[in-house]
Amino acid sequence: MSVRSVVSVVVNGRRRRLAVHPLKRLLDVLREDCGLTGTKEGCGEGECGACTVLLDGTPVNSCLIPAAHAAGARVTTIEGLGGRRGHPLQRAFVEHGGAQCGICTPGMIMAAVVLGPKPSLGEIKAGLAGNLCRCTGYEAIYRSIRKAV
Amino acid sequence: MPAHRLKSVGRNVPRKDGFDKVTGAARYIDDIAFPNLLHARTIRSTIPCGAVAGIHLDFDAAGFTAVDHRDIPGRNIVALIDDDQPCLAEKTIRHVAEPILLLAHEDRERLLGATVRVDYTAAAANFDPERSTLAFKRVAIDKGDIDAGFAMADVIVEGEYRCGHQEQLYIEPNGVVAVPERGGITVYGSMQCPYYVHRALKVLLDLPDDKVRVVQTETGGGFGGKEEYPSMIACHAALVATKAKRPVKLIYDRVEDMLATTKRHPAIVRHRTGVKRDGTLTAVDIDAVLDGGAYATLSAVVLSRGAIHAAGPYRCDHVRIRGRAMMTNTPPNGAFRGFGAPQTQFAAEAHMDRIAEATGLDPVRVREVNALRPGDTTATGQRLGADCSALQVLREAVKRTDFKRKRREYARTANTRGARGIGLSLFFHGAGFTGAGEVKLASKATLELTGRGARIRVASTEIGQGTRTMHAQIVAESLGVPYDAVDVSAADTAEVPDSGPTVASRTCMVVGRILQRCAEEMKARLGDLTPKQYLKKHGPLVITRQYERPAGMQWDDESYRGDAYGSYGWGCDVVELEVDRDTWQVTPLAFATVHEIGKAIHPALAVGQIEGGSAQGLGYALLEQVVMRDGRMANAQLTNYIVPTPLDTPKMEVVLLENPYAYGPFGAKGVGEMPIDGPAPAVVNALRHAGFDVREIPATPERLMRSAPRTQSTRRHFMESE
Repeated sequence: MSVRSVVSVVVNGRRRRLAVHPLKRLLDVLREDCGLTGTKEGCGEGECGACTVLLDGTPVNSCLIPAAHAAGARVTTIEGLGGRRGHPLQRAFVEHGGAQCGICTPGMIMAAVVLGPKPSLGEIKAGLAGNLCRCTGYEAIYRSIRKAV
Repeated sequence: MPAHRLKSVGRNVPRKDGFDKVTGAARYIDDIAFPNLLHARTIRSTIPCGAVAGIHLDFDAAGFTAVDHRDIPGRNIVALIDDDQPCLAEKTIRHVAEPILLLAHEDRERLLGATVRVDYTAAAANFDPERSTLAFKRVAIDKGDIDAGFAMADVIVEGEYRCGHQEQLYIEPNGVVAVPERGGITVYGSMQCPYYVHRALKVLLDLPDDKVRVVQTETGGGFGGKEEYPSMIACHAALVATKAKRPVKLIYDRVEDMLATTKRHPAIVRHRTGVKRDGTLTAVDIDAVLDGGAYATLSAVVLSRGAIHAAGPYRCDHVRIRGRAMMTNTPPNGAFRGFGAPQTQFAAEAHMDRIAEATGLDPVRVREVNALRPGDTTATGQRLGADCSALQVLREAVKRTDFKRKRREYARTANTRGARGIGLSLFFHGAGFTGAGEVKLASKATLELTGRGARIRVASTEIGQGTRTMHAQIVAESLGVPYDAVDVSAADTAEVPDSGPTVASRTCMVVGRILQRCAEEMKARLGDLTPKQYLKKHGPLVITRQYERPAGMQWDDESYRGDAYGSYGWGCDVVELEVDRDTWQVTPLAFATVHEIGKAIHPALAVGQIEGGSAQGLGYALLEQVVMRDGRMANAQLTNYIVPTPLDTPKMEVVLLENPYAYGPFGAKGVGEMPIDGPAPAVVNALRHAGFDVREIPATPERLMRSAPRTQSTRRHFMESE
């Protein structure tokens, strides 16, 4: 990519100035330019949700977001979520079987973060409707989210 | 050992890979940086049948590495069973997306921008397995005297059942990185079977064992889709890396993964069954055709498992099963969880509800009459032991779901706008390789004493199902050390013995059992010493054990007679659903299943396998339709190949029963595949209950609309034909 512009973005609380093509996918910017490989690519077409990150607090498919669109925004990835002990959702996903192969897990957790405490089953299902998991059949993910404290 | 004394087994210990997976620290193949890397891309055929007439590279070749079949140092095959599939097409093209040429460049954009034109001489393609003249494999199973069986029948019920392709749809696409080093090649990647890849690379590159190393990286789902196909990708990447003398990354995007890689075999299964008025089966005659696609891959063994499970978990003295896997001009079909059994048991269980109708019995009663009991023999003549649980799972599922009351209640909703139905399926699944397969594999497992406990060295891969955790529990329990004191090596062929492939529901029951024997031997050697004391006094202790055939297990591959599997798991699914008579949309309302799995080493992981496999089975039943046009998948993307989302998946209830298998670790049987056998027939039987006679899956709204509404008059039409 020869065309580059400087995009300023706050990733996981740290301001970064990145010289990237303005149409480079945010997913690739995070993985290649920021070294944050916790965000995964499952389909590249905005269907599977494995690349879910928070853009100014809202879950988005980072494979559909051009770098220029993220300029000036706050981006939160799975790496920016927990401290040393991890976010309550992360601990619950380990404890209650929410993660199997793990490839959908970072995106799933990022989509679940915005549900807030004690979501209903209906709220969880609607909130995760854009995130595919092929391992769990979702039940263990619901259990993890409902038991996260 | 009484259950209350178990310290690790049977407990929901934290999974070994849990924390890394929830924090994003786990490294999948695309997450690992390699210096001096080239990106590679596969140029594939766009026609289903014919020959390559010319290849034109319409771009500036500076900085590119191009590889075709002439660059192959060894044999141009992907070594597996039949050795019929080329790594790169030489001239003949047998399917769309057949690999022809490999290109690599360090700049991904330039690589993707390169245009290659291929000229073809097209030939007539065949997409109909029943018109194919090339059988990859034929299977014949005979028990008793089929004519005598039909002579005893009061009623004969016939039917034809069809299943489509299914895409495994692991969320991490296939991918590898090949690194030329030490005069050979090392391949890292997403895979189920490092030693399959190892062997394929040796044959392709003409290298000895020690010049090929294969390392599994964290793998984002497999479901069979990463059983044999990674050998192909590894071969491609290794060829480019060898030629360019640089590391090469070859990772498919979703479209390429869906277009080119293997899927579940479509099937056509015909049943003709003799039945007495009380529901007793007198003759079971089954013909099963699998669409193998363009090359043999694993079709022979998929057919074998499919045929052995084709009669379902029922007893009958007179059985004839004929199966054939036929070549067609679609991309090769291959391994997918269940491996032929979901197709044949779909047919068996949809047919069983039609037998119930024909005899005027309810679906529970007809199954109670015929379900296999301990001491009965299967279609291959295998005499079942005390761990046969068909009746138990059936009765538990019927009781738990209040099946009979709901059956009566929902019958009143037939022909209303929101017609409801409830249906069930009874099924079984053999664990481990079929027949003499485990003896031939002669799998090994190694246990190494460490200062704090032990390290497991096996080639069994963690693909989400919990291999590392479950194996560590078995070892910890057998060795008498805490779970945390057991480490698990990466599945790296330089470090681990060949434990056989991670397939066939064998990782716990078969490899786990070998590890248990290693641990028992280690415990005996330790005596009263702690690991640390032992190492100080005697030095390193490494124990390797090999598979041992359970006493009395016999199999004859010529006649297909004998003990097809060491043990079977047993399952019963119940599905409740609603059909919108305006949109023909089916909404599953509730799903319940009872699984008898011998012993749940880690109950939460076992339930996770069952819930996940059941969801895949519901997708197979209702949503997942591969549309093939001229041999090319027309919907090779997630936008229109629909897998269940949270909103498509009903509430699931899982009940575990444990009826131990004497040769499984702590009594465990296999669990990975069985959950996908049951949902499709349970759905179709619920649809039948709601008034829809569907005999093909997926049961899409279009198919439902076309299906003739079931009427009372079909009940006594015993000689009905398709």
